[in-house]
Amino acid sequence: MAIYDTRRRRSKFYIGLCYACVATGLGWLALILGTLLFEGFRGLSPAVFTQMTPPPGSEGGLKNAIVGSLIMTFLGVAIGTPLGMLAGTYMAEYGRHSKLTLVVRFINDILLSAPSIVIGLFIYEVMVVKMGHFSALAGSVALAVIVVPVVVRTTEDMLLLVPDTLREAARALGLPRSIVIGKVAYRAARAGLITGVLLAIARISGETAPLLFTSLNNQFFSTNLNAPMASLPAVIFQFALSPYKEWQQLAWTGALLITLAVLVLSVAARMLQVGRPGK
Amino acid sequence: MTTTSNQQDDANGHAAENPATAVQATDHVQSQSAEKPILQAVIQPAPLKQKVAVRDLNFYYGDSLALKSISLSLYAHKATAFIGPSGCGKSTLLRVLNRMYDLYPNQRAEGEVILDGVNILRPEQDLNLLRARVGMVFQKPTPFPMSIHDNVAFGIKLYQKLPKAELRDRVEAALIQAALWGEVKDKLNASGLSLSGGQQQRLCIARTVALQPEVILLDEPCSALDPISTAKIEETIDELKENYTIAIVTHNMQQAARVSEYAVFMYLGELIEFGVTAQIFTSPEKKQTQNYITGRFG
Repeated sequence: MAIYDTRRRRSKFYIGLCYACVATGLGWLALILGTLLFEGFRGLSPAVFTQMTPPPGSEGGLKNAIVGSLIMTFLGVAIGTPLGMLAGTYMAEYGRHSKLTLVVRFINDILLSAPSIVIGLFIYEVMVVKMGHFSALAGSVALAVIVVPVVVRTTEDMLLLVPDTLREAARALGLPRSIVIGKVAYRAARAGLITGVLLAIARISGETAPLLFTSLNNQFFSTNLNAPMASLPAVIFQFALSPYKEWQQLAWTGALLITLAVLVLSVAARMLQVGRPGK
Repeated sequence: MTTTSNQQDDANGHAAENPATAVQATDHVQSQSAEKPILQAVIQPAPLKQKVAVRDLNFYYGDSLALKSISLSLYAHKATAFIGPSGCGKSTLLRVLNRMYDLYPNQRAEGEVILDGVNILRPEQDLNLLRARVGMVFQKPTPFPMSIHDNVAFGIKLYQKLPKAELRDRVEAALIQAALWGEVKDKLNASGLSLSGGQQQRLCIARTVALQPEVILLDEPCSALDPISTAKIEETIDELKENYTIAIVTHNMQQAARVSEYAVFMYLGELIEFGVTAQIFTSPEKKQTQNYITGRFG
């Protein structure tokens, strides 16, 4: 019985440790979210959505940054998603046995974990330097470079989850390959594919580093893709570091907006995952 | 009587191309006529027409030989059952008949498979058109992730542009042929995945039938189904014989005996015996066949 009692005590001890670890992890998260909600909601007002970023020492809003973020995120996804989808489709459907797929998958995994500031510097070199000025377009391309590996990965994974028997059944009806992929495989993997895009949006909507050297920032409202453009992360970066109370407050509010947006996207992605293929 | 003799000639003429089967084929026709001598002049047995002829077929998975010099015939409007232990090559043979193996690299077939006088193994054969003529139903039900109606209409729409009403009629006809219409007529827009396993399998049959193929290949269509669904599918197969040539792979001896007119026993990639089902099951010529059907090996 002594052995049994020791084992029970040890088990309790380790279970206790597990709970402590979970509590630590969730505790920090709760503190971060709590602070963010408290500080962010304090400054939340209609003015945030209707007024421009103010000069130091006066009241204002984040309209230009919000619009800028929306534009660049949309463009980044619009550029990156088709590229990623097609690459992932090649890997899962056409090149399943080819060496090229192995190489692409390996490089894609590296790209997936590449520090985003490196991507920012890269786009700075190939676009900003060549064009001679910062631009929203360069920012969008930098974001697209981050989108591509995420979408490649999820597209390949989700298409590989579609059972081959379904492809065979479709081919057995005499359907050409393109239609089997477009109408059957994509449809079967739809929820997963959308999830991939949502996760990519969530990923880039908070990225600051790739935008610092590409779209820079803009005190004024601008929708010109060929000029610098404001974005929420860049504004937060600038305002949070400043000594001015109003700017700091706006930075908190901006951070809250991004967090809420990402939260909504993640929950949506989670809910779609329930309807994944094979379930 | 002239027509009868013509038909006999026809049967012999076709069967003579393949000596191994000639005896069986003629036997079958004659035994039918012998049973009903009075009716013979009025109701003549349907002429036995060779729909598919397989000749000296060898099949390779990479370097390993999976089918060894197979020769046999599938007769029009008859069901031919393929039986044999797992791994004997019966599914492989079926997948040659619509060139399904072509989807995979390093699988290849040698020899001839002649469908209505044309060798479908020749390289220039259009595979999509072939598969529209030779339909296939798989072991596991594989409904597409779309509505019941669209599952059936999908294939039709690819080959024909039909007005909506006509398309609906075609879908209905296919579902009736697959004995599924009664169960789904009120929920054609429901997802094909919402059906039970047996219904899904009949949906797959409907989908295949909708293309109005000439030959239907069934690869263990009932192995994932309960006895009631199995019975329904067997009834369906029985009705399909009126319009199509059927080849069915099955592990279930009783099923083979119930649904087929001809049976093929295969073992280790070789065709051991091919003949009239009733004869294979009652007095097989080969010892191996005898052992297998009585459950003494496999």
